[in-house]
Amino acid sequence: MSTSEPLDRRVESLAEPWDELEATPLRSQGPQVATAIVPQNSIAGRSLTAVVAIMTFLAALTAGAVMMVMSAASDWRADVGREVTIQVRPMTGRDMEADVRKATEIARAAPGIADVRAYTKEESARLVEPWLGNGLPLDELPIPRMIVVKLWNGPPPDFAALRKTLAGQVPSAGLDDHRRWIDRMRTMAGTAVAGGVTILLMVLLVTILSVTFATRGAMAANRPIVEVLHYVGATDGFVASQFQRHFLKLGFRGGLIGGAVAIALFGVLQAANSWLTGTAGGDEAEALFGTFSIGFTGYLAILGQIVLMALVTALASRQTVRRTLKTID
Amino acid sequence: MILFENVGLRYGIGAEVLRDLTFRIDGQSFQFLTGPSGAGKTSLLRLLFLSLRPTRGLITMFDHDTATLSKDGRATLRRRIGIVFQDFRLLDHMTTYENVALPLRVLGKDEDTYRAEVVELLQWVGLGNRIDALPPILSGGEKQRAAIARAVIARPQLLLADEPTGNVDPNLGQRLLRLFIELNKTGTAILIATHDIALMDEYDARRLVLHEGRLHVYE
Repeated sequence: MSTSEPLDRRVESLAEPWDELEATPLRSQGPQVATAIVPQNSIAGRSLTAVVAIMTFLAALTAGAVMMVMSAASDWRADVGREVTIQVRPMTGRDMEADVRKATEIARAAPGIADVRAYTKEESARLVEPWLGNGLPLDELPIPRMIVVKLWNGPPPDFAALRKTLAGQVPSAGLDDHRRWIDRMRTMAGTAVAGGVTILLMVLLVTILSVTFATRGAMAANRPIVEVLHYVGATDGFVASQFQRHFLKLGFRGGLIGGAVAIALFGVLQAANSWLTGTAGGDEAEALFGTFSIGFTGYLAILGQIVLMALVTALASRQTVRRTLKTID
Repeated sequence: MILFENVGLRYGIGAEVLRDLTFRIDGQSFQFLTGPSGAGKTSLLRLLFLSLRPTRGLITMFDHDTATLSKDGRATLRRRIGIVFQDFRLLDHMTTYENVALPLRVLGKDEDTYRAEVVELLQWVGLGNRIDALPPILSGGEKQRAAIARAVIARPQLLLADEPTGNVDPNLGQRLLRLFIELNKTGTAILIATHDIALMDEYDARRLVLHEGRLHVYE
């Protein structure tokens, strides 16, 4: 066919159907920077970025909160687990001071013990002061004496052997390794973490769903572009890749905004916490939530969410393009 | 070039909208496709543009049985056919130049290799001074010419035009017809779907007349 001829030569041989209409000289250059095939700053695109940013922020906030609960729960368990107490009860015919000294020595000699401190008579009295009031004649009251035993970080000492030695040499002494308390604490912390993780998963699911629907909404506005590309001979892969690239950028931008705001918020909370350390409110908050630090894992989780949001947006757009192309063909 | 043999088309479980179509479109030919509204012109155009599959019969295009083509194979074949829509379908965020160059961009060609050609074609269709204009500010006639330029820039062997004069005045319609005739002289086969009897009377060409789903060919 004559279409193999260069167009300019073909055109030269033709009459100009519009020559009498056109008086303005031809511009020799077209635009220097090619416009993206998918419009970059559409209203639908901006709305999608906002949705992704807000949902990523909420998901990151949830993830950070769960990390804090996990870390606080683990701190509670560790704090309680690193300490045991020996209680020396008053017993007729026994010298309490001697029993306290003996129990302290036995505890100190046991492996895995970091520090042993026996409460003095006055300190023991202070412990019961909230219930009995002050100014009591302590000598007349059978107040037990406490010995606080701090453990090394590492494998726990052999409590059974220690308990046996104490029972043999100081019959008035009893060892409390807080086992029941720790078990309760573990259950409580486990429940809190499981609840947090469940909420996080639900938030992530809602985030994925809302981002998917928002992407589909934004894609609906682009249907004419999909059709035109299809009609000018673009393969499905080409059309899908154009939209996927564009929506990956939108999703990443939205995720980055939401994630950055969440990270900044955690940074502010952490800073505020360190400023308030030492004050009554600050100490209470720290006892409950730890140091407000979400740690490296927390920041990693937020970064992961940003990437996840970008991927969800890109994949949702790809799927929508494929579906649109199926309806055209 | 294109051969329809006993082609039938129905949508869903409805009656056949096209029945027993048997005809051919030769290279470098010129024909009008006409018929009353609802006769199936748009359906036939969609079959010709590989945008629909027939429910029966055989369509051979450029020596390919279209029923055996993959999706990408259909896209590749579609590049040999240009189409001009009644509603133009220009992308509003792209300039006239970019709209016309789109089929070449889709082919992955480097802009340096086609810039001069696109500008030349735009000049030829009388849009030399509208290169950087966005479609919303073009007149109906300018949009139509931009759509025609986009349809022919990749040098298709067949150009399909759906009611190209439907939105323009008779004078502009005649000019557009002249443009199609000139394109036909360059070797492109042309099929114009139209209701416009006056337009068809302007040029002595083959007529494909659809009536109640059947095709009558007047050479």
